[in-house]
Amino acid sequence: MTRWARSSEFYVGLILLLLFAIIGSRNGAFFSAANLFDLIRSAIVPGIFAMCATMVIISGGIDVSFPAIATFSMFSATKLLLAWHFDGPVFVAFALAGAIGLCLGLINGLLIAYFRLPALIVTLGTSSMFSGFLLTFVGSRQVSNLPASLDRFGKLQVVKFAGEGGITVGLPMTVLFTAAIVLAVAGILKYTMIGRGIYALGGDPVSAERIGFSAKFLQCFVYGFVGLLAGIAGMIQTTMMRSSNPVDLLGTELLIIAAVVLGGVRITGGHGSVLGALLGLLLIVTIQNSLILVGIPSYWQRLVIGALILVGTGIAAYQIKRSSAKRKSILA
Amino acid sequence: MPNALIELKGIAKSFAGVHALKDVSLRIDQGEIHCLAGENGCGKSTLIKVMSGVHAPDHGEIYLEGQLRTQLNPFEAIQAGIQVIYQDFSVFPNLSVAENIALSGELARRRKWIDWRRMRRTAKEALAKVGIELDLDAKVEELSVADKQLIAISRALMQRAKLIVMDEPTTALTQKEVRALFDVIEGLKRDGISILFVSHKLEEVFALSERITVMRNGRRVVTEEARNLNREMLVYHMTGRQIEETHYEAANKTGKPLLRTDRLGLAGCFEEISLELYPGEIVGLTGLLGSGRTELAESLFGLLPATAGRIEIGGESVRIRSVRDAVRHRIAYVPEDRLTEGLFLQQSIERNLIVSVVDRQKGRLGMVDRRTLKATVRSWIEKLGIKAPSPLAPVKTLSGGNQQRVVLARWLAANPKLLILNGPSVGVDIGSKEDIHQAIRQLAAQGIGVLMISDDLPELRQNCNRVLVMKRGRLIGEVEGQTFTPELWAQMHEENAGSETEGKRGDSA
Repeated sequence: MTRWARSSEFYVGLILLLLFAIIGSRNGAFFSAANLFDLIRSAIVPGIFAMCATMVIISGGIDVSFPAIATFSMFSATKLLLAWHFDGPVFVAFALAGAIGLCLGLINGLLIAYFRLPALIVTLGTSSMFSGFLLTFVGSRQVSNLPASLDRFGKLQVVKFAGEGGITVGLPMTVLFTAAIVLAVAGILKYTMIGRGIYALGGDPVSAERIGFSAKFLQCFVYGFVGLLAGIAGMIQTTMMRSSNPVDLLGTELLIIAAVVLGGVRITGGHGSVLGALLGLLLIVTIQNSLILVGIPSYWQRLVIGALILVGTGIAAYQIKRSSAKRKSILA
Repeated sequence: MPNALIELKGIAKSFAGVHALKDVSLRIDQGEIHCLAGENGCGKSTLIKVMSGVHAPDHGEIYLEGQLRTQLNPFEAIQAGIQVIYQDFSVFPNLSVAENIALSGELARRRKWIDWRRMRRTAKEALAKVGIELDLDAKVEELSVADKQLIAISRALMQRAKLIVMDEPTTALTQKEVRALFDVIEGLKRDGISILFVSHKLEEVFALSERITVMRNGRRVVTEEARNLNREMLVYHMTGRQIEETHYEAANKTGKPLLRTDRLGLAGCFEEISLELYPGEIVGLTGLLGSGRTELAESLFGLLPATAGRIEIGGESVRIRSVRDAVRHRIAYVPEDRLTEGLFLQQSIERNLIVSVVDRQKGRLGMVDRRTLKATVRSWIEKLGIKAPSPLAPVKTLSGGNQQRVVLARWLAANPKLLILNGPSVGVDIGSKEDIHQAIRQLAAQGIGVLMISDDLPELRQNCNRVLVMKRGRLIGEVEGQTFTPELWAQMHEENAGSETEGKRGDSA
């Protein structure tokens, strides 16, 4: 079969391996456990965001408000927990942040589905509103005295061992959250009617309605689910940083969207996979984290990422154009 | 008497005050192949949408297997076994063949989880029923039109369809594919499935159907056994007003042709197009969907610059590589879909009208004189009889016919020599259509050359001096406008059924 060899996942994976090989051959430290763990660590929250972006874009929409929702959820949840002098299980903290995120996401969904407003405008607007509301009414100063249970959770590690020079390296517990979310999103998209509905909606909204999908329901689900994930991602950020910062995470949305588009999630909707999105994200994270190891100054990262996005999406767009030109030929 | 599968009684439906359906009754029996015939805009599509629950009728009753359904929605219609195969087939280009076939059935059974093996099995079974083989994992966007249609049919079958409505199913098929489709339809009938076949092609109507219902202007004109009808009667029922048809005859061709193309071609879209258009002429251009006619128009207007051949304007060879080039040669184009291509819907009539001429209205210092501007706008609104509360009303508040007039007025304000109209009266009610035709004739009388692309045979017949017919990117013939009847049209297509046919032109002395 050559079908997989034509997929964008394959190409992005190839580029990623190539990048690993280049960086690794120039600097052996790249393959050290410390560096690889660091890489994974820095992909934990963006990984969840990438799932948000993937789902929305496949559905034919766009959401730029997920960082704002994440920040809003984590900060207000932390504030609430502190006000309650909470010291129960961390599950409650995640559930609370997730619930707040879900509500905010549903606001997006309702505006988009029922008022038929353009998704970009809605989420740009709500993004600014959520963040403004947070800073005005909830607080603008970083909270460092987290509830004890959150603080403890932040220190938990899945694996941990002593690396070179006696420094302990490890992966935080939260990596399991990201893994679970990635699997859940992949499962939803592939094995549930809702997931296939999301693809159908992104492929042809009119046809989707005709075969009996409810576009309104699907849109509310997508944006609501994105809110939920963003809320959880926010709380993960808080436990990992051991503080809650109301301006954290803001401004990461475009890079995340670029990463998943690079991974083959078509910006026009209907196409893309969780695997591709993840590979695209890893590519961006690797460039951000590791280009410095081969002596490329950090300013160059921006240039490289930008160029990658242009080339990556450009090739995809060119292929589509070519294949559609071939298909469209009506001359016998 | 066989059982009625679906019965519509006294259905009426109007959109924004325009009656699309008036008192339509229709009955389809089990296992019957029923044909719904009528010219474009007669209300066929609206009637289908009422049957499939997309539009709720304003008046009238729908009975499914004898039961009155008051609030039929698309989901219920599917549950009841009504399947519509739309002209665009409603397939998902981004999904696999298997999924396209099986998904809607799974959805109708309200399944929450996807079992890919079951889906593939279902899809295989469905394709076997239709008698074709396709790669189940291929993405549908990679398939041919005929395959897409077969997928749509397979999909309908998998949902225990009792009635399959096919909306102009043969539009984009080759003759061979049409015959294959007819075999499939006969097979469905043997399985007791009813077919409502919507078409305006007479050959197909007679080849296939047992009963025929003809619609015109939103009304049912007649329902009759196919064997009791002949072509003449059917044409009469379909066109009705044929006797009242007025015909426009333009001035004789004089002087140099306004537009001449010599073996014009665009890779993958059309080739060897040689045509002439004289000042004051209205020339029709028709052909099936995907015949390349829209692409040709867009080439002449610089949207899709031609890759081969020559264009002459007023006897001089010119290159048209962009819309700016076309506008400089005073070519105007009114696109097919005025809503998405031609208008700024949120903006006022005034702004929409002046956008093409604002450059020319500039006075000293490059400033626009609002008073002359307003006068220009007012004069066009009057000339074309645009009904609007004020020139400042947003265009989206106007009716379809009036919107079309705004587009027309805009291009007229630019004072063109050559006007290309793509489907000038699509989606416009009868009255407005007449007005638009009048406006076009007036323009031609002033010496503007008009190239009118249309599917609407009466429209071509009434307005055009000559009609050019395209198929598969080539001109296959030219006829006198007045003699352009549905029969001739069908005949031309059959004669050129083979795709190898040379692109030949009729004698245009």
